[in-house]
Amino acid sequence: MAFDSFSEFLAMGGHAPYVWSAWGVTALLLLATVWHARAEQRQLIKGLKRRARRANSARGNAQ
Amino acid sequence: MHSSLHGASNSGSSQSSETAQQVSAVPLREHNGGLMTAVKATLVRDLTLLLRRRGEVLNPLVFFALVITLFPIAISPDPELLAVIAPGLLWVAALLAALLSLDSLFRSDYDDGSLEQLLLAPQPLAALSLAKVAVHWLLTGLPLALMAPILGIMLALPAGSYAVLALSLALGTASLSLIGAIGAALTVGLARGGVLLSLLVLPLYIPVLIFGAGAVQAAIFGEGVSAHLAILGALLAASLMLAPWAIAASLRISING
Amino acid sequence: MWAFIHKLGSPKWFYGISAKLQPWFWAAAALLIVTGSLWGLAFAPADYQQGNSFRIIYVHVPAAFLAQSIFIAMAVSGLVFMVWKIKVADMAAAVMAPLGAAMTFVALFSGAVWGVPTWGTWWMWDARLTSMLILLFLYLGVIALRGAFTSRDSASRAASVLAMVGVINIPIIKYSVDWWYTLHQPASFTLTSRPAMPTEMWLPLVIMVLGFYCFFIALTLMRTRSEILRREANKHWVQELVAGQVVKVPAEEAR
Repeated sequence: MAFDSFSEFLAMGGHAPYVWSAWGVTALLLLATVWHARAEQRQLIKGLKRRARRANSARGNAQ
Repeated sequence: MHSSLHGASNSGSSQSSETAQQVSAVPLREHNGGLMTAVKATLVRDLTLLLRRRGEVLNPLVFFALVITLFPIAISPDPELLAVIAPGLLWVAALLAALLSLDSLFRSDYDDGSLEQLLLAPQPLAALSLAKVAVHWLLTGLPLALMAPILGIMLALPAGSYAVLALSLALGTASLSLIGAIGAALTVGLARGGVLLSLLVLPLYIPVLIFGAGAVQAAIFGEGVSAHLAILGALLAASLMLAPWAIAASLRISING
Repeated sequence: MWAFIHKLGSPKWFYGISAKLQPWFWAAAALLIVTGSLWGLAFAPADYQQGNSFRIIYVHVPAAFLAQSIFIAMAVSGLVFMVWKIKVADMAAAVMAPLGAAMTFVALFSGAVWGVPTWGTWWMWDARLTSMLILLFLYLGVIALRGAFTSRDSASRAASVLAMVGVINIPIIKYSVDWWYTLHQPASFTLTSRPAMPTEMWLPLVIMVLGFYCFFIALTLMRTRSEILRREANKHWVQELVAGQVVKVPAEEAR
């Protein structure tokens, strides 16, 4: 452990704003890409399912 | 203009059909002759066309002079300050002027369909596009290089670096034309390719800029310039080898897509 | 060999195999990044010169590595697409580009922030930062070019050519920028090149780099799957997949 206490860990020896902003932006971007990929996948599958249902019901109406 | 264009390309194709008849007699040698004929025809045709549209040849030069005029107005007319930044200014302005002329490199040929003819020619497209780029350099890069020393005087460029300035620009703009032609070929089919073209091409220009401006600066400081010029030459050799293939592939994408 | 390549090229096959591979890469990425972060942030010793601001290295360097690697991966995918007409390669290249640009941005941002305690300024024309900035422009060019075409096939091929041209230029740009920097800034020191980093400092760095690579692979697999669904929506196998409710709930797949 390089720090004696949690508050010292947060202070980063006076470099807190730099260390935490760099790490924060990185974490935020990584999480945002994951979130975006998941939202994209969900939306696509939802759209495909809707299309399949519509095609089914259209076939049902025709019969 | 159109009739002249078709005249030129017709003469080219009639020559190649003549050679095609001779190919059956002596296959190997005449095939090479066909390529040289086609390259020569492309060179002559492009030169003729560009020399008729003098505006397109003169515009980059005027742009170059204008941009150089803007800097002393924007920064300061102090010759000592200008002398320090002159190598970089001249190089950046020449680079932008060369960039400005790229969009028209394939544009008119694309619009009137003669680019499609070039694609259908039996000769390799890479060689024919190399001929087109050579003409572009001859009428943009070379005049820019020759004009730069005059603008250098106006920027109080220190003595002893004028020849290096012209030489580095002549070598460098050849690479710039080759690299830029890839971007021009990729964007020629797009309605608004101009801005995109500069985004694609400018990052690739940076090595040439570094060694080109570096050569002029080295000349000012009295250091050896042969290393810089050698690297510029190496960059040119590399782009001469690789760029024609990329240009040909890009033209195929733009035409067929 | 050829059969394998063409099997790999089939979107249907890729869709199946990537579903199996994906969870492993996500798990590895999460494990490595969490371990590396804790180690790097809390346990690695502070740098004797830079103090704790040195801990930015654990995000800056992995992001910079990934930024360069993704461009190479993108160009290789482009080459595979151009030579063997394998569509999955192009789909992968398409989804890689935004992540590569994001990683380049992370490297730039963390470098700039790191510059404040180290150089006393937000921006220095440091060799690494300058090449990163140029790399960002290269990424933006590829993304913009792909977006500019109306025909998907032209867009794919144009982006592939540009990625290949870019990847040939990246080492040239890197070396010329390095050369330019040493010429103009002979005395200053770069952020990360230092003699003999102790083990407890570079081991978390290695873990972070591996974690970022796993993250890249996992995300690329996931987004390539989405891209497959998007482009192959009219194909029979996709419609069967949807009709049979074989498509898993995304929440399960993402973990």
